[in-house]
Amino acid sequence: MSDLLSASVLAAFITAIIVQTMPLIMAAIGETIGEQSGVLNLGIEGVMLVGAYSGYVAALASGSAWVGMLGGIAGGVVANLLMLVLNTWLGLNQIVIGLAITIMGEGLTSVLYLQNYSKHPQSVPQDAWPIPGLSDVPVVGPSIFRQSGIFWVLILVMIVVAFMLARTNWGLSIRAAGQKPSSLDAAGGSVMRTRTQAVLLNGAFVGLGGAFLSVITTGTFTAFMTGGLGFVAIVITMLSRGKVHWIVITSLIYGIAVAIKNPLQLVGVTVPADVFQMLPFVVVMLTLIIFARSSVVPPALGTSYTRGAR
Amino acid sequence: MSSTVAAPGVISLREITKAFPGVVANDRISLDIVSGQVHCLLGENGAGKSTLISILAGIQQPDSGAIEVDGTPTPINSPKAAVDLGIGVVHQHSTLVPSFTVLENLMLGETGLMLGEKRARERLEELADLLGARIDPQALAGDLGLGQQQQVEIAKAMWKGSRLLILDEPTSMLTPQAIEKLAESVAQIKAQGLAVVFITHKLREAYQMGDCVTILRGGRNVGHIGVDQLATFTEAQAQSAILAAMFGEDISTAGAAELAGATEARREVDDLELGTKPIRLELHGVSTRGHGHDVDIQDVSLSVHEGEILGVAGIDGHGQSALAEVIAGQRPAAFGTIRFDGQAITRLGVRGRQQLGLRYVTDDRLHEGTVGGMSVAMNLVLKRIGQAPFWRFGQINRKAVNVEADRLIQEYEIKTPSSATRAGTLSGGNIQKVLLARELTHGARLVVVNKPTYGLDLKTVQHVREILTGFAAEGGSVLLLSTDLDELVELSHRIAVISGGEIVGIVPNDGRGTAERVGQLMTGAIEGTR
Amino acid sequence: MIEETPRWRRVVDALVRSILPVVLALVVAGLIMLAMGSNPIDFYAGVWKYGLTGNNWQDSLRLMAPLMIIALGLIVAFRGQLWNLGYNGTYLLGSVVAAGFGPVLYPVMPGWIVTAILIVGAILIGAIWSILPAVLKARFGTNEIITSLVMSFIAIGVVNLLIKGPMHDPNPKVTAPQTATIPKADLLPVLDSTRVHIGVVIAIVLALVAQFVLSRTSFGVRLDVFGSSPKAAQHVGISRSWMIVLLFCMSGALIALAGSIDVLGNVTYQRANWNPAYGDAVMPFVFLARLSPLAAIPLVAFYSVFANGGINAARSVGLNSDFLLVVVGLILVFMTITEFVGAKRRLGQSYLPPGMRQTVLGLVQRRGTARRAKA
Repeated sequence: MSDLLSASVLAAFITAIIVQTMPLIMAAIGETIGEQSGVLNLGIEGVMLVGAYSGYVAALASGSAWVGMLGGIAGGVVANLLMLVLNTWLGLNQIVIGLAITIMGEGLTSVLYLQNYSKHPQSVPQDAWPIPGLSDVPVVGPSIFRQSGIFWVLILVMIVVAFMLARTNWGLSIRAAGQKPSSLDAAGGSVMRTRTQAVLLNGAFVGLGGAFLSVITTGTFTAFMTGGLGFVAIVITMLSRGKVHWIVITSLIYGIAVAIKNPLQLVGVTVPADVFQMLPFVVVMLTLIIFARSSVVPPALGTSYTRGAR
Repeated sequence: MSSTVAAPGVISLREITKAFPGVVANDRISLDIVSGQVHCLLGENGAGKSTLISILAGIQQPDSGAIEVDGTPTPINSPKAAVDLGIGVVHQHSTLVPSFTVLENLMLGETGLMLGEKRARERLEELADLLGARIDPQALAGDLGLGQQQQVEIAKAMWKGSRLLILDEPTSMLTPQAIEKLAESVAQIKAQGLAVVFITHKLREAYQMGDCVTILRGGRNVGHIGVDQLATFTEAQAQSAILAAMFGEDISTAGAAELAGATEARREVDDLELGTKPIRLELHGVSTRGHGHDVDIQDVSLSVHEGEILGVAGIDGHGQSALAEVIAGQRPAAFGTIRFDGQAITRLGVRGRQQLGLRYVTDDRLHEGTVGGMSVAMNLVLKRIGQAPFWRFGQINRKAVNVEADRLIQEYEIKTPSSATRAGTLSGGNIQKVLLARELTHGARLVVVNKPTYGLDLKTVQHVREILTGFAAEGGSVLLLSTDLDELVELSHRIAVISGGEIVGIVPNDGRGTAERVGQLMTGAIEGTR
Repeated sequence: MIEETPRWRRVVDALVRSILPVVLALVVAGLIMLAMGSNPIDFYAGVWKYGLTGNNWQDSLRLMAPLMIIALGLIVAFRGQLWNLGYNGTYLLGSVVAAGFGPVLYPVMPGWIVTAILIVGAILIGAIWSILPAVLKARFGTNEIITSLVMSFIAIGVVNLLIKGPMHDPNPKVTAPQTATIPKADLLPVLDSTRVHIGVVIAIVLALVAQFVLSRTSFGVRLDVFGSSPKAAQHVGISRSWMIVLLFCMSGALIALAGSIDVLGNVTYQRANWNPAYGDAVMPFVFLARLSPLAAIPLVAFYSVFANGGINAARSVGLNSDFLLVVVGLILVFMTITEFVGAKRRLGQSYLPPGMRQTVLGLVQRRGTARRAKA
């Protein structure tokens, strides 16, 4: 038992929670921006994989995890262009296009990786920014305060996004596009422009989440590595109803569920790996059942908008 | 700081034309809108008013023609362009976001990064004073009453508006008292120097509210009564002039004047000795519970006799849907009992009630009453799926379906290329006829109709009313829910008033003053609950 | 006044709308292949060779059996506007019932009884697994896309646990995580001297039955009304809750049936972490068939040949078989585009949304006048 509570185990546990949770938070933030504006992106799994792959490639090519993050953003935005043009601009079915993006994203990244890297799998260099003083505090020091600098930047980004959604005109427009798009247009805004911005940001954040997953969490790329994480992000989005702090809290629950595997093994509790893989989804299902009444979804979610449609 | 002082001037429409597949909505329309005047745009449903407004609002673009602002051709390519020009529109259906607060709704569309809450509050106060309204900035738009919502919409239209305020059928859902308040607000706005365009299909309002009147018919500008002329006319003279422009030679069309809202409504149906007639439908203490968005009915008791048309008056959204649906069986009754021809049907489902002869014509013609993608023929037998002779052993008998469909199409004069045509392509009036044909045949004994003539052109309105009165004359019963007080007065034997989900009174329709009494019940109820 | 289009025109339209997206997808996929350094001509030739020639067509037909039944399962749900996306998990549950219980039961009971039990068992499991998302949607309006997906992931985990645990091959020499193999004698009987088992026949028969039920019975009409407008369905007296549960259960049952037939006729045992994702692959063809079982038959047959041949063809040109996923995705994309263009053309409208149209027309007009001015 004392093994479990040792500083190094706890530190590893906390680190595991952080790196498992971050990709999810990023993806959920991206999906939130999209869904608040009325766009449900079922392609999130594919976009995340594309971001993971492009992030991986960028990090390897440049030797820097930061460039990897940028690569992930670029990849995510490009992957989401399909949704942008076909759904937001032309009004085609969101669900079908989303599924197409997921299927193609899975296929393309798998094929590309196997073609280019499977002969010589490489790991991405890690880079940590220890915070002076704080990083020596037991347990918390080696885990929270010795993370990559990217971690801190992303925390800042989370705060900025929360602020933008709640307290700016832009955030108001995004929410109007999802609640009642005709109101936004009638008020002189543009649903087209607003949703375009939202879809681009959706791609950027989801791609960023994917890049974090490959570059930082695992340090490498594997085909289909997201394993349903994108869909977990969609559930988190629906439960959080547009509030970033709820995204963080629910994502942490997921992160803990995944990270708890190692500490449990140390204690001698051998649970098959499959249970751990299933656990987040079981948790998600239970949450959906318990909160069945209250998962409130923007009324215009999934619908396309044409100004002045007859 | 008063940004509501208007720029003086004229907005002119020159030869505006706009066509949609199958119909020319606006046909070379020209007219002038002058600051400081209320310009009334009058015309029946389908005359092209809404299209013209959406062109001025920047939602649609004309196929040809131009808009001139103070003499300069100015295309309005988007709602933003309209807003920048100082044009504000209060649409017939709310453009407020129900889940936003009043303040958020008013700030929507502003430029700049940060939400300018302080500035918005000040501007709201300014406008509220001008309109003589009291609006709570933190209230959710969805919680406001219809009159208040309209006030917020006017404030929003005038937020940056310095030139023109357009009101699209603003009185269709208001109480008489709220209409008076609206008239006061309009007078104030006019005094500030703005131009006001007031759209209506009721002649009386045109005369009362307008400084000048333009009449639209069939997409064309068929007549204009100028400011000076209108000022000298009496109400009767104005009506003749307007009717002449609207109908030309058809002025003798029976009921045209009344339909156009020119005269006061009178009861058309024959007297009925209600005491001698058996009760067909009886509700006793019926309440419904929570679907969330709709107003529930509370403790409703009423009865409808054989051969009677019982009207139900009330402001839209005060429980009419719940009442209709609980009678039809689409909504469960949480409390109370319902009896039909003496039989308790409270627990009976929709299909059971249909078979007993209890029918329902819904107001949502397109999404609930019909399935647009299916043929007219299928829609006509939609409530008899699985029944002989149309289905035998579960399998469809297309010949029988077509025979029945053709019969109904002929009997109800439904204009459709064939019975196989997709129902969604029919005009509103013909869809309504499909609904009536379906519900009133095959053993109908009582039909609940919800807003049966809403949005229909005059000819179809007349036809629908004839169908209903004919049905009653042959012993059928009708529960007529409507927001059109005139219609209720003309067709009903008695009129019940629903407010906040409760029946606040039942007025026998026996001569002059019925409308007033109903109106009093409506406003009295509102003031009572406030 | 809408003119009625002549019947032959409508048939041609339907054919074009079904085939064009596939053609476009194949062309674009070929271009992508070129970009990755593989020869598309070789690939497509390989598809023909490995999919049809020799005895390969029989293998394609064997692939068609589960694909067709899954397609029917999707059709039943999608026609009711119910997005049952849990097909991957339900399929594996159906197959594990056969793979897990088969080796246990076949030695002790007459073959045909066991087969019947396994098939019925799979159908039941598929239906039961679909009840939760159905009830959540019926009672609370919970989005079924998410619930069915999550249940699918859970099912995959459960199946793996079963295969690695109680359903593991009891033979101590077998160390890989998989079930025991069902002996050849107990598999589904094959036709004549081919390798095509009766599961294929079952699939086609089911498709024909489904077509009949959906297009000619009162249930089919009720399904269509419900799928077009749940509000109208309620108005007409169709119980929404009942419809949702019924359709979801039927869908799940069919998909699980497909899984059991695949095991009993084709794969004969089940490995852990095996997920052929047939549902993902067959979905675009379900849409291309406009949710008609009859139209789905040739389209699913086409894909069966393409997939069967494609796996080997891909390897022969140096590509991973996951490339087929790219083709499937492209078909979905081109299908939506074709639908869009077709709908606009029918209504006589421009393909571009109103705002864009003005801009484009403006550019074209200005350029035109400039040219005239120069002359």
